[in-house]
Amino acid sequence: MTLERLELVCPAGTPAALEAAVDAGADTVYLGFRDATNARNFPGLNFSRKELETAIAYAHPRGSKVYLAINSFPQAGNEGPWRQAVDDAARLGVDAIIVSDIGVLDYAARRHPDLRRHLSVQASAAHPLALEYYQRNFGITRAVLPRVLTVPQVKEIAATATVETEVFVYGGMCPMAEGRCALSSYATGRSPNTAGVCSPASHVRYVPEGDRVQVRLGDFTINRFEAGEPSGYPTLCKGRFKAHGRASYLFEDPVSLDARPLIPELAAAGVKALKIEGRQRGRAYIAQVVGALRDAVEEAAAGRAPDTTSLAALSEGGRGTGGAYRKDWR
Amino acid sequence: MTALLTMGPLLYHWSTDDWRDFYFKIADEAPVASVCLGEVVCPKRAAFTLPHYEEVIERLQRAGKEVVFSTPALITDERDLTLVKDAVELGLGLVEANDVAALPLLAGKPHMIGPYVNVYNESALARLSADGAVRVTLPVELPAASVGKLAEQKAAEIELQVFGRWPLAISARCYHARAYGRSKDGCLFACGEDPDGLPVETLDDEAFLVVNGVQTQSASYGCLLTELDLLKACGVTRFRLSPQKVGMVEVARLFRDRLDGRLDRDEATVALEQLAGPVPLSNGFFHGREGAQFL
Repeated sequence: MTLERLELVCPAGTPAALEAAVDAGADTVYLGFRDATNARNFPGLNFSRKELETAIAYAHPRGSKVYLAINSFPQAGNEGPWRQAVDDAARLGVDAIIVSDIGVLDYAARRHPDLRRHLSVQASAAHPLALEYYQRNFGITRAVLPRVLTVPQVKEIAATATVETEVFVYGGMCPMAEGRCALSSYATGRSPNTAGVCSPASHVRYVPEGDRVQVRLGDFTINRFEAGEPSGYPTLCKGRFKAHGRASYLFEDPVSLDARPLIPELAAAGVKALKIEGRQRGRAYIAQVVGALRDAVEEAAAGRAPDTTSLAALSEGGRGTGGAYRKDWR
Repeated sequence: MTALLTMGPLLYHWSTDDWRDFYFKIADEAPVASVCLGEVVCPKRAAFTLPHYEEVIERLQRAGKEVVFSTPALITDERDLTLVKDAVELGLGLVEANDVAALPLLAGKPHMIGPYVNVYNESALARLSADGAVRVTLPVELPAASVGKLAEQKAAEIELQVFGRWPLAISARCYHARAYGRSKDGCLFACGEDPDGLPVETLDDEAFLVVNGVQTQSASYGCLLTELDLLKACGVTRFRLSPQKVGMVEVARLFRDRLDGRLDRDEATVALEQLAGPVPLSNGFFHGREGAQFL
């Protein structure tokens, strides 16, 4: 049995990563401007207007689309940069914008009705009625679903929604409803929602303690590693904490999502696109992951089970997980 | 300018008797204008309290309090949505949406927006107001400048949480069940063991967060007691107290006295610290700092 070939939506934090993604078989590359208007506002990352123009000129002739993430939340009194980003996206000819804020969506829908609007995962729309709200009011044509849903829930939404659905298939996991988490803000004073960065590197400190290393985020210890123990990027929710005196990865284990085995099921459920997380990743990582996911999408489309033995070296903690798609995750 | 207190929804899973007694006591003794009922965190808990809604609503209304019906912070399935539908059908007061999925059920009629819906800017506020939102409780992490800008729009009444643990995150995963080594479906209501939240400490034993079912909150009690004058001046008219396992009637009196100028800032802060006991206070979000800070 053959299945619909899902659109593979791939991250790019730099022009080099964009070219790598296109060359490795990305149907679409998503990226952001170099400011707080997107949720991966890391130093040295993202695109100027000129670089976006060049990116589109590279991607379009090769059959790849470009989506622009404008998916953080403008603060009161400072909506200008977000509106400018929407205007520039329309002017430069991106294939869609990815938006989470009601105010930005409202502006885009009224000012640029012909510019495709996708709902960002940062809106954490987790029920068909939420999608209906955004479709009816702002004409969204696609929603990226939050990473806290099980496969049966994804299936139900994909089956009933009147917009396209896109789901995460590979990369970092958020155990919390995205766009509604102030944990990092509580520890660092920098809001992921408005500044576009969670657990910012500027607030991370590694404090040597003999053979061990203490990891601090702001004023709080969020982990401690023995010599030689593998450690990923210290995101707050993937830290070790104590409850009842027992230390554990209480919120989320330091693993990354690898939902390749689920691609046939997601395709059969009517999901339209698969998203890879990781705009902060380098060119070599992007090339390898996009290539492997391209293979997986083709296998699934041909009715075969995707090979999932590759990429083990790239997963956080050396192991991939089905994450929230597994019912026992909850 | 009026300045009214709201008792926010009880976010923890208390025993049914404790739940009912809490609301009775608030009805009889607390100087609050509005009281929020409704299960915000986990729909599985709702069945315990529903049989007592009628008597609690009656007692609150008899005491002259406005009753508000708060709804789930994360709507992923029919159980969550049913709580919204029930609140709408009940028709006994304003319904507070805490997830966008509730909005299609409320559009066109007066309703409230709770602190779990992202209202960060004027455009979002204007849009929600145009669809019928008459009162909006702002997200907890907004700094003073944003609160002021939004209050000055006069698009809807602006409410802000001024006491209680900050709700920091919501998930579909139940951390309470996870901490007790149980599955979500077989949780046996682990959250009922911790009526003020399950403390989560750092590896160095510092108080950091608490877990309340699928919700994660600050370990500290949010406190904007000394900021009340400023909030009033920028047009905030409603002040929300989020119930904790402390004397909430006393907390409400303290805030009322401070709003009315019967207590000065220092007296009020000392009194609140006494009520909070060992729990630290925080107000960093409002000052654009780490939320955990107390300035």
